[in-house]
Amino acid sequence: MKELKVLSPTAILGYGFPEESFYKGMSLHPDVIAVDAGSTDPGPYYLGAGVSFTDRTAVKRDLGIMIKAALNENIPVIVGTAGGSGADVHLKWCADIVRDIMNDNKFKARVAVISAEIDKDTVLESFENEEIRPLDFVPELTDHDIAGSTSIVAQMGMGPIIKALGEGADIVIAGRCYDPAVFAAVPVMRGYKAGLALHMGKILECASIAADPGSGSDCMMGVISDNNFKVFPLNDSRRCTTMSVAAHTLYEKSNPYMLHGPDGIIDLSKCEFTQLDERTVGIKGTGFIPSKNPMIKLEGARRIGFRTISIAGVRDPVMIAGIDGILDYVRETVDRQFNGLDGKYMLTFRAYGKNGVMGENEPSKQLSHELGLIIDAVAATQNEANSICSFARSTLLHYGYPERISTAGNLAFPYSPSDLKAGEVYEFCIYHLMPPKQGMFEVKWMEGADEN
Amino acid sequence: MKIKLREAAKVIRSKNSGPYELTFDIIFKDRATFDAVVASRSFNRELISRLYSVDIGDVKEIVEFIPANAVKATIRRRVVSGSLGDTDIYGAQQHAPLLGLELEI
Repeated sequence: MKELKVLSPTAILGYGFPEESFYKGMSLHPDVIAVDAGSTDPGPYYLGAGVSFTDRTAVKRDLGIMIKAALNENIPVIVGTAGGSGADVHLKWCADIVRDIMNDNKFKARVAVISAEIDKDTVLESFENEEIRPLDFVPELTDHDIAGSTSIVAQMGMGPIIKALGEGADIVIAGRCYDPAVFAAVPVMRGYKAGLALHMGKILECASIAADPGSGSDCMMGVISDNNFKVFPLNDSRRCTTMSVAAHTLYEKSNPYMLHGPDGIIDLSKCEFTQLDERTVGIKGTGFIPSKNPMIKLEGARRIGFRTISIAGVRDPVMIAGIDGILDYVRETVDRQFNGLDGKYMLTFRAYGKNGVMGENEPSKQLSHELGLIIDAVAATQNEANSICSFARSTLLHYGYPERISTAGNLAFPYSPSDLKAGEVYEFCIYHLMPPKQGMFEVKWMEGADEN
Repeated sequence: MKIKLREAAKVIRSKNSGPYELTFDIIFKDRATFDAVVASRSFNRELISRLYSVDIGDVKEIVEFIPANAVKATIRRRVVSGSLGDTDIYGAQQHAPLLGLELEI
């Protein structure tokens, strides 16, 4: 077969890319433009609250350039994990941006929108049939987790994307999606080997992060053939080296030889990385083990309360030396004051300059000459969180701790108001595997998009 | 002989591997050092357990990735990413204790 080219403009849709790199990629006539638009890395809030962690203006800029170029060349654009977390609310957010771009430019295209949200009854039934199992270090699922989760997303593989493309999609906007699938769908659909295609996708999904110097906002090209593929950056100031590409294969994975996904396992045990020229790395030998009993990853997050924080610095050496005892005193005072809440709140003191970054994992006992404190109150309502934070802050400000010399106030506040309402707080409660179900990943078509 | 990890490695990093795990990568500057570290078994689960004060059962098997001259350790997160009490949502600043490490090879 002739080579097939996949253009990856940016690590996350909305992180941007230089137009020069992108159009250099277009001059090589790619067969598809694909982009990953999400991650669980920014934490549970975005999935739980139904908000994108990427900026609308930035996403519209990236997508506008991609769609215009792709429609000109008559090649598809594929977006995975739309809106950052890939639930229906995120999918709609991204689809609305695409619609705006189509209307602004009078573009015509067939736009497929693939939902990755799964209804709670389906998950509950599967749970009751004992089909669901946790991923490593994740607690067993409970019905409380299912009920409490704002929405539950399932991570699709290549199948639904290939289906949409087969039905004539020019643009595919997919909900929660296995990152490499958006890059591998077109190659696999045209008969290239799944192991090679998915491994290429695994490298392309972070765009130029796999290059040296790395960047999350610059373009990469992947070129697949019958028995190998190659990757190279589209910015002349970067290069792919066997080390930069192999190192990226390790990234964010606990076992780089066996990469599990919804379609099966990418097997890197016989994979070889070769430097083809100064800026291009060739890869061969990557295998694929299709799943006998496919399992789909579910993700869910639930709201656990509301947060108010106060940020303050400490420069007094006497106070810094006694900080642990001082914070214990404040905590006890707060607990007495709010005993009516029956312990249903959480007060956390973070002490940057002591162990703010590593918490209990911090091996160093060294204290800095100044500390940055965050008073962090989470409670069932915003008002309660405000009250707890306010009381902890004022208590700490004026506490006459042992051997105090400075009696005017214990904290340096950089801001007025000193207390900041951080709003809703979420936590991950579902990170489990479930067998695929009928009706998952339904492909819908954006109305009117091909009639502009 | 003893090697200082900070001198022998060109990359030492930590990152989430999903919200429930923290994974550490050490990419050595050359194949010879990587081979010596692997042969010595001095980079092991017990070391990670001590360094991060986590139960040995919460440390996954050490993985050696030859194409990158890299060793990898993965631990259970003490607090799930973004849950109450977490200090590092992306897990990207938990590598510092590895920088001071010396390995007998």
